[in-house]
Amino acid sequence: MGERTVAAAVPWASERRRAGARPSLAAKALGAAAVVVLATGLYLGLAVVPPDAVQGEVQRIIYLHVPSIVTAYLAFFVVFCSSILYLWKRDLRFDAVAVSSAEIGVVLTGITLATGSIWGKSTWGVWWTWDARLTLTAILFTIYVGYLMLRAFAEEPQAGARYGAVLAIIGFLDIPLNHLAVQWWRTLHQPSSILRPGGPSVALVMLVPLAINFAGLILLYTYLLLERIRLERIRHRAAETRLKRGRRG
Amino acid sequence: MSAQAEGMVVGLLRRTWAMTWKDVTVELRARERITAMLFFAALVLFIFNFALGPDLEKLREVAPGLLWLAFLFTGMLGLGRSFQAERENECFEELLLTPGDRESIFFGKLAGNVLFMVTAEALILPLFGILYNLDIWAYLPSLALVAFLGTLGFSTLGTLLAAMTAHLRAREVMLPLLLFPLTVPVILGSVRATEVILAGGRLGEAGHWLKLLTGFDLIFLVVSPLVFEFVLEE
Repeated sequence: MGERTVAAAVPWASERRRAGARPSLAAKALGAAAVVVLATGLYLGLAVVPPDAVQGEVQRIIYLHVPSIVTAYLAFFVVFCSSILYLWKRDLRFDAVAVSSAEIGVVLTGITLATGSIWGKSTWGVWWTWDARLTLTAILFTIYVGYLMLRAFAEEPQAGARYGAVLAIIGFLDIPLNHLAVQWWRTLHQPSSILRPGGPSVALVMLVPLAINFAGLILLYTYLLLERIRLERIRHRAAETRLKRGRRG
Repeated sequence: MSAQAEGMVVGLLRRTWAMTWKDVTVELRARERITAMLFFAALVLFIFNFALGPDLEKLREVAPGLLWLAFLFTGMLGLGRSFQAERENECFEELLLTPGDRESIFFGKLAGNVLFMVTAEALILPLFGILYNLDIWAYLPSLALVAFLGTLGFSTLGTLLAAMTAHLRAREVMLPLLLFPLTVPVILGSVRATEVILAGGRLGEAGHWLKLLTGFDLIFLVVSPLVFEFVLEE
């Protein structure tokens, strides 16, 4: 393998050797801020704010449920954008952002499904029902788990990055179509109560912990993204070291 | 249309046709894929019967879903093999060396895949009507329309993903794992539209599903050839 190929495969090869070996100060600060904000939001949501008049205590689950899915959508949007940028610029750093964001998005979607299921058990009486939004979230989950599997099964990282980018673009364009299909198929979920014409129907006191948790999850997402990208960078460097050793030996 | 643009379109069509013709010729000589698909389709129809019991009333209720499961499983079998000849004989490079745009490779492969899947469906449909005692003959034109729209959407993403998974480890598993979640709109649309038709409704009652299918087909017929280039690259 020639010098040029190695350089192309390892975008961070020319960087200072120790760079990225430890979390940056900014990342640490973000992580700490995420913990503080999420703790505040969860405390307010779980202990301070009064329970819902109809649904009771279990309604408190939305303080985690709703911010999770919104952040997950944001994560998948980042995957979509950085995938386009990767195919355009061919810079593996964009691919690192895509794969990192997808992993976090899958975890957040998983949290949404789990919390939604618990909420459903006590409100609808079943763990799972083929309600429109629930189904859509499950489809989203399977698409992006497929994305991560595709990347894991690629024989070389470059090909994995290309296939992943193509799948991310197709998958994201597929979301509105899935939304429409599932919506027509059935709907049982309580209608969206915050983003709707005529202003939110949620009491203001409930919006506070929701907003705080949303900010907290965005912070957490950014922190995890930075750290996961750093991990990708370390992996690239390890690959580079292996290539060099191989050539010398 | 200017003469140059016309020349480009004619060229694209000619190369697409050459690609499809190559696949059809190979298939006509070897008859590997289509034989497997047809036999598999027949088996699926048998197995459904064992899985669900011989109660005709119950079967009739779930008939649209069964029909589409047979279509899609059979289609999946065909899609999985659509780049096999190239992979086994290491001919992907030769495929890339064909002059002209990569789009013609995509459309050529797609046309072949649609053709094989439609052929299989043409056998499944009458067999389904006979085995499950359903009167499908009166609805044949509307059923054919829905089947075509569904097959086109399924095959468009299927062709793209088949090209992608051909290079993977565990490719047989990965194609369905990726394709089924992405084609949920096609599956839902086709099954619901078929349900309306088999219940004796007018095609207009399934209008929104047909629109969804058409929309899906159009979006991915435009996007897939654009990104196909990145899949084939070596």
